[in-house]
Amino acid sequence: MKTSLVKTSLFALALAASFGASASAQTVNLRYLCYADGNECDVSRDLLDRFEKANPNIKVTVDKVGFAVIREQLETRLQGGEAPDMARVTNLGGLNKYYLDLRPYINAAYWENNFATTLPWMRVGKDDKGIYGWMTQLTVTGPFVNKTMFDQTGVKMPGAGATWDDWAKATAEVQKKGKVYAGMVMDRTGHRFAGVAISYGAKYFDANGNPSAVVDDGFKAVSERMVQWHKDGLMPQDLWPGASGAKWKNAGDMFINGDVVMQIAGSWMIQKFQSDIGDKFEWIVPPQPCGPAGCSAMPGGAAMVGFKATKHPAEVAKVMEFMVSESVLKEYYERTVQIPAHKGLAEKGLNYGKDVGPETQAALKQFTADFAKISPVAHQLQSYQRNVAIFNATVNYVAQAITGTLTLPQAYAKVQEEIDNAVKK
Amino acid sequence: MSSVAGSSTRSRALSVGHAAGWAWGKLGDMLDGPFRALQRHIGAHRMAYVFLLPNILVFGLFSFWPMLLNFYIAFTGGQSVILSDRPFVGLDNFRELLNCPSYLDPKTCPVAGFSFWTGVWNTLFFAVVQVPVMIVTALITALILNREIRARGFWRAIYFYPVMLSPVVIAVTWDWVLKRRGILNALLENVVDGWNAFAGTTLFPFFLFTVLAIALSQLLARFSRPLAIGAALAIAPLVAWLVPHEVWSLPTYRPVNWLIDARSGWPTFWVIFVYTWGHLGFYMLILLAGLQAIPKDLYEAAEMDGTSRSRQFWRITLPLLAPTMIVVLVLSLIRAFQVFDEVYVLTGGGPGQATKMIVQHIYESAFIGDAKRYGIAAASSVLVAGVLLILTLAQLAATRKRAGG
Repeated sequence: MKTSLVKTSLFALALAASFGASASAQTVNLRYLCYADGNECDVSRDLLDRFEKANPNIKVTVDKVGFAVIREQLETRLQGGEAPDMARVTNLGGLNKYYLDLRPYINAAYWENNFATTLPWMRVGKDDKGIYGWMTQLTVTGPFVNKTMFDQTGVKMPGAGATWDDWAKATAEVQKKGKVYAGMVMDRTGHRFAGVAISYGAKYFDANGNPSAVVDDGFKAVSERMVQWHKDGLMPQDLWPGASGAKWKNAGDMFINGDVVMQIAGSWMIQKFQSDIGDKFEWIVPPQPCGPAGCSAMPGGAAMVGFKATKHPAEVAKVMEFMVSESVLKEYYERTVQIPAHKGLAEKGLNYGKDVGPETQAALKQFTADFAKISPVAHQLQSYQRNVAIFNATVNYVAQAITGTLTLPQAYAKVQEEIDNAVKK
Repeated sequence: MSSVAGSSTRSRALSVGHAAGWAWGKLGDMLDGPFRALQRHIGAHRMAYVFLLPNILVFGLFSFWPMLLNFYIAFTGGQSVILSDRPFVGLDNFRELLNCPSYLDPKTCPVAGFSFWTGVWNTLFFAVVQVPVMIVTALITALILNREIRARGFWRAIYFYPVMLSPVVIAVTWDWVLKRRGILNALLENVVDGWNAFAGTTLFPFFLFTVLAIALSQLLARFSRPLAIGAALAIAPLVAWLVPHEVWSLPTYRPVNWLIDARSGWPTFWVIFVYTWGHLGFYMLILLAGLQAIPKDLYEAAEMDGTSRSRQFWRITLPLLAPTMIVVLVLSLIRAFQVFDEVYVLTGGGPGQATKMIVQHIYESAFIGDAKRYGIAAASSVLVAGVLLILTLAQLAATRKRAGG
């Protein structure tokens, strides 16, 4: 009796273990490392719930993290073999060597047709034809202006074709008359700087496509202006001089709090401004200000990519295929209020819904129009593998020229030296 | 009835207690057996190592092994964290850090040296200013809290409390206080606005009259008391009612960028202040223990001899506290060289490079930016470790001297 009881128990235990093992063998667990400017990760989670319902053997965990984790820790994790299966990244070319080429698992023609402009941003070199991910957002840098401040102070707002200098003059007037803390503010990153610099003629690359002489007349023209604008008090000390190294700082809160007349940021801030500013004041996105060489913004954005270290490449590709299917992607872009990176959707147009106010609609329209005017240099810079090194060197040393730690010529020399070091590595 | 219920509860509790005691004893017997067997096998004098082993393993795995790895990485190049992918470069990383026309002027150095030497000088300045401030403040606090004051335990807990907080929490809390739209500026603005509003009221001249009259009478009383009262009653009303109230108004308060304004020196001040605030309790506790170890009869003898309080402090307290002070000095110096978390969260090393410390340079070299320069970061760590080693040896020597060993 006792022996049979032991046998029965052991059999039950073995049966339970085998069921557990087979269930875990069937279910594939994927991890998606996601940062958000607004609701991007939450919307992804919603959509992935639908995916999981249709594919019960695949579970996707969305690990929502701060942007600093993506910027500072992801590559180390990738090198250490602790990579997630997928992530939302902004260093598009820089992480190229870790990407999973999705081509064997996907309908490559659909991707090539619809993401032709942005797929090269994730590639390195002319021979790279890989498909690594899709742009969760297509961004365009540019200014946001507090229109209410212009109205209240009676200062005439510069129109289309106005230069950055015109805007500096106008915002300084509003700042003075309205006793505003600052006239203009730029996010603390070399990426925002680059759009303005390219409008002033910065080339960033030599004839061979190398950043051997980044500090040219266009770069210098904007650096000098940055120093002067801070000296004049037009730009606040809080951002560029307010930290050291390449530390990233966003000026969104200053704009929301009504501390500045104009913020130089980009289209990814639209959703935050709509929700956080509400009826406090009227804001607009004016036509991209110009320089002598044009009116260029910097393109950019974040891509959802897969990593080749994944143990489940086919399942990762399946998730990607689901996310870029037209109906799902349409919902994603509409709910996250993004400019679509998908050609078909861009042509058909999106319906951002009644929750999206007229200011947001107008801002999206303006940024979409600005995208068409982006200089080829800006596209080249965006798709350059080492662009982060250029952006970091810019913000690090131009900021030190602003605080007076370095003179501008010293800063220029250090910008180029740091870029050369990065390119050599 | 209730006494019967009470005794039944008590007997149940006793039986539970007995059962727990019995189980504990059995557990001890179970563990005792293997250890006795081991002791028979290896001998009693080696048993100490058996008990030290877990700690040695943890220390080795999480401290000693990373230190060795860091030392190895300092002599390698490349951008990978995988050791086999890192080529040996000899002393190149150290050369890059030390190749500088003038160490005193970091901007003359190439970029790696510029960042390193900026961090070195800022950290040295921080340590030279912050450590004396910390020791003096901790000593004063310990002296006060060593006295028989009311709610002494409460005050000791209050001063020690920040030590238990995470450095990031400390920095974020003080950021709320110090940012342009923070609590300190709001408070100062309210004080200025409140004063200006008060200066405009009809009550203000009476207030001014009272204050002036008291101040003048006190000031002139040393010459002649009737003259003082007369002068106060004559001058105070004139000033209070005839001088326009705008004179007494303060200029409109412009919020100060405590952590941002590069020219003001405030960012460095607040970094030192916040760090001292966060760590004061730890050193205060060590000094308090030192103070309590001083025999009371020395003070009683001094009191009987009529020795003043200040003389007691200089001739009894300070000499007998000196060994503890040396430990505090060395410990606080070591920790000052390691400063990072609070400062990085509070100022990000800015404005400009004003508060960029050596550990921030190491962190940024390794983890921020496109080119991950683990070799440079590791070489910088090795150089800083050299300084810390000297300080640690000094502490050990001081501790031995104190113990008379």
